[in-house]
Amino acid sequence: MSTTDTLVAPSAKPSTPEGPAGPGVLQRVLDASWLTIVLAILLALVASSVLIAAANAEVQAAAGYFFSRPADMLGAAWDAIYSAYSALFRGAVFDYEAEGVRRVRPITETMTASVPLILAGLGLAVAFRSGLFNIGAQGQVLMGAAGATFVGITYDLPIVVHVLLSCLAAISVGALWAGIAGFLKARTGANEVIVTIMLNNIAFYLVSFLLTTTLLRQGGTRPISPEVAGTSLMPRMLGLQFRLHWGFVVAILAAVLVWWLMERSVLGFQFRAVGANQRAARTAGIRVNLVFVLVMLVAGGLAGLGGAMQILGTDRTLQASSAGSIGFDAITVALLGRSKPVGTVLAALLFGALRAGSPLMQTSADTPIDIILVIQASIVLLIAAPVLVRELSPLHRAAQLFGYRMKEARA
Amino acid sequence: MSIQTDPVPSRIVDPAAEGTVRARIAWRGPVLYLGTALVALVFFGLLTPSSETTRFMVATRDDMVQIAPFAVPSQATALVLSVLALGLAAWATWLTVQRRRVRTWVPLTFGGLVLLAFLVWVMAGNSNALPLTVLLTGALTLSVPLIFGALSGVLCERSGIINIAIEGQLLGGAFLAVVVASLTDNPYAGLVAAPVAGALVGLVLVMFAVRYWIDQIIVGVVLNVLVIGVTNYLFSTVLTQNPERLNSPPRLPTLPIPVLSEIPVLGPVLFKHSLVVYLMYVAVAVLQVMVFRSRWGLRMRAVGEHPKAADTVGIKVNRTRVINTVLGGAVAGLGGAALVSAGLAFTKELTSGKGYIALAAMILGRWSPKGALAAALLFGFADSLRQVLNNLGSPVPSQFLSMLPYLATIFAVAGLVGRVRPPAAEGIPYTK
Repeated sequence: MSTTDTLVAPSAKPSTPEGPAGPGVLQRVLDASWLTIVLAILLALVASSVLIAAANAEVQAAAGYFFSRPADMLGAAWDAIYSAYSALFRGAVFDYEAEGVRRVRPITETMTASVPLILAGLGLAVAFRSGLFNIGAQGQVLMGAAGATFVGITYDLPIVVHVLLSCLAAISVGALWAGIAGFLKARTGANEVIVTIMLNNIAFYLVSFLLTTTLLRQGGTRPISPEVAGTSLMPRMLGLQFRLHWGFVVAILAAVLVWWLMERSVLGFQFRAVGANQRAARTAGIRVNLVFVLVMLVAGGLAGLGGAMQILGTDRTLQASSAGSIGFDAITVALLGRSKPVGTVLAALLFGALRAGSPLMQTSADTPIDIILVIQASIVLLIAAPVLVRELSPLHRAAQLFGYRMKEARA
Repeated sequence: MSIQTDPVPSRIVDPAAEGTVRARIAWRGPVLYLGTALVALVFFGLLTPSSETTRFMVATRDDMVQIAPFAVPSQATALVLSVLALGLAAWATWLTVQRRRVRTWVPLTFGGLVLLAFLVWVMAGNSNALPLTVLLTGALTLSVPLIFGALSGVLCERSGIINIAIEGQLLGGAFLAVVVASLTDNPYAGLVAAPVAGALVGLVLVMFAVRYWIDQIIVGVVLNVLVIGVTNYLFSTVLTQNPERLNSPPRLPTLPIPVLSEIPVLGPVLFKHSLVVYLMYVAVAVLQVMVFRSRWGLRMRAVGEHPKAADTVGIKVNRTRVINTVLGGAVAGLGGAALVSAGLAFTKELTSGKGYIALAAMILGRWSPKGALAAALLFGFADSLRQVLNNLGSPVPSQFLSMLPYLATIFAVAGLVGRVRPPAAEGIPYTK
């Protein structure tokens, strides 16, 4: 687990691509990582479309007489797949069936959905690069959301101050929650994977409990908090008809900050050194135990801010299920983004698009929302294994006829 | 799962170095023991009203041997129990100061005493009697899937493959068990099918790890998401269309073992279960012996600790890993079948994180079948306690009872286990 910089495990050394004359144009283009990513996404969509077609009632009916009229089944399968993916596109990017400004609403929804994913994913990226496998974003997001909600419903403050204080509360609560795992790791060597998993569950029950007390519920019978005050809401970016809020800019700024922290600051260098080799870092005089705690504080603070954005930007009320699957999606986001800030932002946008588009897919194409998980998982698996993508890709297969050597590709 | 390297072992002192260099005393254990004992004394002992009684019930109505429910005075019992615990804590502290080893039975007995004190306190003045056999039977039943999951982890990780995909293996096993058992109307068919699903997930995991050298933790996490996605999708499309035919599995019948199941208290708790529980007994016993006492186990551990050395003496490293991971997946699949053995219908994300708990149990049990069994039983007990106390009513809010297993794990991991050492080559792909 020492490196998450590249998705390939530590001792996997890439074989050198340099032939005697260097790689040719064909070799370079076909081995480019952007091509792998595009192909991985396409292959994942193809794999998922098998499931979409297989579960479709009309396809199943037509499969009954497949050998007498095969075209029926293929046609039904195409219809099912096309309607599912076109609905996904209309829900996530551009709705060509809508009128006026509503046509661009989907892309703003994608951006809105990606905000908590960017922030939580950045937190995990920092932890992964420092060699800490933090599975606890779920709990940190929820605790952050609870912190923001508490300030949002309890205090009566002027407009800008209230937002800032709510976010600050979320950052500190999330950081403290993650800090428990960092502290225990530093002091007792407790494995952070176990502790963060346990803290996720504890956070869920703790917030469930707090929602039954006056601290968060403040009246009412259902375990749900009242709406946060209007002064603590994140202001909308593009007017009231779009849900996109300034949290998106905050998330991008956070990505820049994380880039600076990890690539340009002394602290970030120490983080990466610990991630690369703990023993060497200790020998070099880095206080590894302190780094564990600091990394978890940073990761938890970012995840907590993500939770705050979910409440202050979109949900407005807190429930025990408010974190949804943000924390677990954020793990895949950070892995897909190869634990780099830019990659994380792009991966979060992709996952945000899938999240934003799936409801329309469910209602208009009758494809259950759960297919999104299959798409997400396949994309990450394939991107992690570029060699497999090249083996599966017809493009690379065909190129072998023109002298492309798959064996020499970078792993 | 990152490898901990602490040059100073905390409790063991090299006898040769005695008098010259002395290891630091690890104060973590004593502090935890004394603190817990004091909390037990004050909370459970002194704060219990002296007039209340706590009632226990040790037999259910259909047991062979009938034992009447009995009552004990709450405060006196809790006081005696927590004073005993305090004594044990003092003794453990003395041992630590003397730099002598604290044996395993000390934390176990200590935990038992504090737990009993807690039960006496929580049930004080409750008109219902605490059904001890129900509590223990529930603990065993609830821990069976975790035990299988943890055993799967032991099999994979001892050979050097990190198995985070236990969750997916459990879920896949449960799904296939439900569907096959419903289709054939035979619960044993489900029990046979479940390992196939688990093994399949294991196969994907190990292929990505061995063939494409991808970080095993990533593959594991992603495979969990994939299995959740596929089962959710199939559930909401195929299973909901035809629930009578596809999602109504028969219950695995209870097979009481003759004679043994008639022992009072222990009999119904241990020997009145379905086949899958007996399979678990066999699996733990066989693996405990095989992993540490057989040629196969030695080779597996060699591959997990030092693959190069293993390869040098002719052990096929990657083949061992593939076989072990597939086998481990099958074992976890069996755990999935255990999860639905009571004739449960499949629901979305049925496992709800049990695979991760099983992973924690394996680490807590230090990568041994015996330890995994103990740790998984701890989780099962906490879960069973929550259910029983929720039914009987207790002064503790139910959310805190639900937190118990997780809190107990953190205490155990941070306080008692501390730095654990995973197999040295874990997670590193082997290349010649």
